[in-house]
Amino acid sequence: MKIHEYQAKELLKRMGVPVPEGRTARTADEAASAYHELGSPISVVKAQIHAGGRGKAGGVKVVRSAEEARAAAAGMLGKALITHQTGPQGRVVHTVWVEKGSSIDREFYAGIALDRRLGLPVMMASSEGGMEIEEVAAKHPEKILREAFLPGDGLWGYQARRLAFGIGIPAELIGKASKMFQALARAYVDLDCSIAEINPLVTTKDGQVLALDAKINFDANALYRHTDLAGYRDKNEEDPKEIEASKYDLSYIALEGNIGCMVNGAGLAMATMDTIQLHGGSPANFLDVGGGATKEKVAAAFKILISDTNVQGILVNIFGGIAKCDMIAEGVVAAAREVKLAVPLVVRLEGTNVERGREILKNSGLAITPAASLDEAASKICGLVKGGRK
Amino acid sequence: MSIFVQGDTPVICQGITGANGTFHTDQACLYGTRMVGGVTPGKGGTSWTGEKSGAKLPVFDTVDAAVRATGAKASVIYVPAAFAADAICEAAAAGIELIVAITEGIPILDMVRVKQSLAGKPSRLIGPNCPGVITPGGKTHGVDFPGCKIGIMPGYIHKPGRVGVVSRSGTLTYEAVWQLTSLGLGQSTCVGIGGDPVNGTQFVDVLSAFQADPNTDAIVMIGEIGGSAEEEAAALIQSGGCTKPVVGFIAGTTAPPGKRMGHAGAIIAGGKGTAAEKVAALQAAGVAMAPNPSAIGSTMEALLTRKGMIAKLRG
Repeated sequence: MKIHEYQAKELLKRMGVPVPEGRTARTADEAASAYHELGSPISVVKAQIHAGGRGKAGGVKVVRSAEEARAAAAGMLGKALITHQTGPQGRVVHTVWVEKGSSIDREFYAGIALDRRLGLPVMMASSEGGMEIEEVAAKHPEKILREAFLPGDGLWGYQARRLAFGIGIPAELIGKASKMFQALARAYVDLDCSIAEINPLVTTKDGQVLALDAKINFDANALYRHTDLAGYRDKNEEDPKEIEASKYDLSYIALEGNIGCMVNGAGLAMATMDTIQLHGGSPANFLDVGGGATKEKVAAAFKILISDTNVQGILVNIFGGIAKCDMIAEGVVAAAREVKLAVPLVVRLEGTNVERGREILKNSGLAITPAASLDEAASKICGLVKGGRK
Repeated sequence: MSIFVQGDTPVICQGITGANGTFHTDQACLYGTRMVGGVTPGKGGTSWTGEKSGAKLPVFDTVDAAVRATGAKASVIYVPAAFAADAICEAAAAGIELIVAITEGIPILDMVRVKQSLAGKPSRLIGPNCPGVITPGGKTHGVDFPGCKIGIMPGYIHKPGRVGVVSRSGTLTYEAVWQLTSLGLGQSTCVGIGGDPVNGTQFVDVLSAFQADPNTDAIVMIGEIGGSAEEEAAALIQSGGCTKPVVGFIAGTTAPPGKRMGHAGAIIAGGKGTAAEKVAALQAAGVAMAPNPSAIGSTMEALLTRKGMIAKLRG
């Protein structure tokens, strides 16, 4: 689960990470009063969306008066902000964060993620602040320092100092920076984060170490033990189809193409998308109905696919193990009848109770094209959906 | 005869009285797996009966008690995600040699702690979030070969034989196994290592085990985007750690970046974890890559024909 910058800063502050003082605003007037309350001649208005690259896209403005704050907020709120991470449609800004300006001396990077090979969280730090860490890794891999740590121990002081000295934090600020690194590590473990990043981390001319921007993603599997974090979810940032899918415990990701896919299992779902593209088509989504798919889940999944107006054809690919083909077939037939399906539908069934499943499809009276293999299914649906959007 | 499990491996189930534990233990009994008991804290002293198999098994409060009473060597875990990490550690503490964790959705930091706890212990963990491990049983060369199915895979798609299968995926493994079986190519053992970022057994562990197994002649390896486990497998093969013929497939060639994997995580692992990088690494190591998921079986058939091994493996 992703959260906004202002929410990440609120959490990090609680864990002992110094952040600039700020206020949220949902209207231009609120932004003007936030400027007043902060009482700082120079402040910054920042658009709050779940995507990076806001600065270059005009989502971060330095303001020197309440009027400027009002104008900056008015220019962002209610409008779509398009960054290199949002896709061409952008994300609508519902909240801005107004914070006190800082007299930045130097910019650094600090972030924690899981190292799969070690099976441990690793703190990365770099002298190249402000730049995306992916870019630093590609251009200057030697400038990323790493310290792995045990969740029970946290980041030891010596590890924090090694990082701080290593990236060139001024000697008089090593203590403050080390404390910040340790607090970030504590936040990562205590809040079950999957990513916790401060970029840029800045040293200021008045001797402070501050988190100027912050990004936190939570491990969705651990949210059950952090019920207090549920309020941080912002459904405005999610695709309505993805929200609907999550209600039925379906794993759905909206994509750009025009062939809707319904598959059981993540690996097979990805392989199905690959095969569709191999035949010149373009998948409209990733949809894993899971191993324990019921008739109801299948029907819900089918309706979500249909609700995507880009979908010009549907491919169902099920390898029944626990999921039984006859039950899947019943769900597909029931849903196709209910929505009065008007686009081509290709179904490939294999596995448990496959014969009964194929019978149900055949006897349904619906225009369902059967396929014996994944390759055949992809070829057929791509043939039926000619042209497409791409 | 196989790796990790044989027809006579005694197996217990942790979470046997839950819906999944009950259903799949019954299925395992029907397949012929030597199930010897189950564990559910608070239900020790009762007994469990399989609905279809009619098998009757003793239920214990602790894994330790189950091991002492039954001599179990393997345990399969179906307990809910919130308690699964604890269940894995309990199995290891009781001396279980092979722990197969089917449970999906275990918090990542729980698995980090489990991995630390298991370090230095002799137990092998397979999973979590995996279909399990199966050494197929059935008639082969006129002899009834005993099988061992630990997990949720449908038993009937398998056939005893000499191809080893290892995969990060569930249903995509069934797809590959079904293609092999349809072509008359049986399997020695099929191992699902699971799709979670922190897991117990890696491709390299399974490849090394297949290399050492005299009854495995060829290997199918199915990877996915993300992480670097496939690149590590390629390095093992390149360095001569696995010399048997390998057919590979990587799912996710067309998956959009950034949707499912954290970029920062991929960077640490030294690479972006893309399908293209993985395919290139495996090809450079001499692995025969299937061009699409429908061609995994036929790619193996062609490779074995080229090497003059097809008659033996089709047996």
